[in-house]
Amino acid sequence: MTPQLAIFFVLAALAVIGALNLILQKHPIHSALSLIVVMIALAGLYLLMGAEFVAAVQIIVYGGAIMVLFVFVIMLLNAGVEEKTNISKLAGIAGVPLAVALLGFIAAAIARSNDAAQAGVESGTLASTKEISTMLFKDFVYPFELTSFLILVAILGAIVLAQREN
Amino acid sequence: MISFLTSNAYWIIWLVKIALLLFIVLTVNAYLTWFERKVVAHMQSRWGPHRVGPHGLLQPLADGAKFLLKEDPTPAGVDKFTYFLAPLMALALALTSIAIIPFGPEPLHIFGQTITLGIADLNIGILALFAITALSVYGVALAGWSSNSKYPLLGGLRSSAQMISYELALTMSVVGVLLMAGSFNLRDIIGAQSQHPERGLLGWNLWPQILGFICFFVAAVAETNRVPFDLPEAESELVAGFHTEYASFKFAMFFIAEYTSMITVSCLCTIMFFGGWLSPFPASWTFTHYLPSAILIPLGLWVIWDGLRYETVFGKLVLPGIGTVMLALGAALIAFPAVNEFIQGPFWLLGKILVFLFVYVWMRGTLPRFRYDQLMSFGWKLLLPVSIANVILTAFVLLWRGAQ
Repeated sequence: MTPQLAIFFVLAALAVIGALNLILQKHPIHSALSLIVVMIALAGLYLLMGAEFVAAVQIIVYGGAIMVLFVFVIMLLNAGVEEKTNISKLAGIAGVPLAVALLGFIAAAIARSNDAAQAGVESGTLASTKEISTMLFKDFVYPFELTSFLILVAILGAIVLAQREN
Repeated sequence: MISFLTSNAYWIIWLVKIALLLFIVLTVNAYLTWFERKVVAHMQSRWGPHRVGPHGLLQPLADGAKFLLKEDPTPAGVDKFTYFLAPLMALALALTSIAIIPFGPEPLHIFGQTITLGIADLNIGILALFAITALSVYGVALAGWSSNSKYPLLGGLRSSAQMISYELALTMSVVGVLLMAGSFNLRDIIGAQSQHPERGLLGWNLWPQILGFICFFVAAVAETNRVPFDLPEAESELVAGFHTEYASFKFAMFFIAEYTSMITVSCLCTIMFFGGWLSPFPASWTFTHYLPSAILIPLGLWVIWDGLRYETVFGKLVLPGIGTVMLALGAALIAFPAVNEFIQGPFWLLGKILVFLFVYVWMRGTLPRFRYDQLMSFGWKLLLPVSIANVILTAFVLLWRGAQ
């Protein structure tokens, strides 16, 4: 086993355990902490693929900004231990089969993927920040700008909702 | 034995470097508390620590022993896992960030091995540092929440809000420097400032990026929770803020984390805006290379003179000893020009870092604390717009210059 593969398995196991722990934990803060573990393990996986920039941004944006906001809100609301409810009917009828189907599709797609697709994640090659920015601001500039417009709309929506009282 | 050493030299050098850096950083941390107490004391016309050892020089050791030996009670009703995790996280993240700082330009050649000064030389250097800073808020926030007590909770909430607000300004204020250097790597950022060696300190990023520097420094002080932004631990309002319920070594871990992040911020200010290891003098002024000796020798002489008239016998023995070591070092630097050349980069880097640490302490001795609403409006309404304006300005100037 190459070192890369060993590190991959450690990080992948960490991500899966973190994700399971996120659902199984009873306290919201512990769930949020598990989600942070997942984010950091994913960042490690990106690093393993040579995507340094994406890994750093993953930690800064998801691990830092977004999850801090989660933790902040949980602390502010002082949310207690969650109550246990029985699994809802809709989840039993639609959710579980859909989840199984999704897992099957992803597994099939990975199993059928050819060498050309795997070559894209060859370890040891570094995706430079320059290439990423050229792609974002030249090749995909319209989708990029559209996405930022969408986020702007969401921010404005949040402000409008918050200001409705006055 | 020898063959084992040579075949695994890479890993051994790595481990030794990490252990050495940890030792140095922790010692500097300990003496930073002494430095801070002495400087603040003299600003307030007091003596500061002077009982333990000559000039209180052994006070950090006594404090360390006290932290280790005191009882460490765990309050009732705390969330055990998070309560223990928080100080660990704060300390581990603060110490990790030091690993990315480069400490000198030239690698050291010794025993046929090449040793670079600094542990990790990352392509994404500054981004990795920001990633670590982004995570370090959890240490404070979780400590506040898990203590199950009202003052720590308020302190933790304040600190998370403050760190989220100032992180934006911190990140934006650096973009100007990154645009000028065209790289995230800290060595490249210093390299970009050394393009005109004859200009000396006029070639530093400080002058074109003066707005960026001001924003960065203010935001960085806020990120490290220091005066005037120490609202998370405002003792007149919140007892001790987020670490109220922590005692003994767990408290010391928060303390060390705070001082380590002070050192990191000083390193970053130096590297990004003050030319890192570059000398402030033009490169042709080679006589300035004797400056380390010119400082060490008079300082050593003064310490010897001061030691000889010190009251205690211990001081009469120790202080002249320290002074003699300083004298010997100064003389050795003159005697071995190669060593002197090698020491130039680290000398300037450490000198500038020391100046920044002094500024930190100076601010603590001078400035009153912000009110909470002032803190928020200052961060969002002043720092953030100014740092964004700096990015736009820098980008336009660079484009205009490139077009010429």
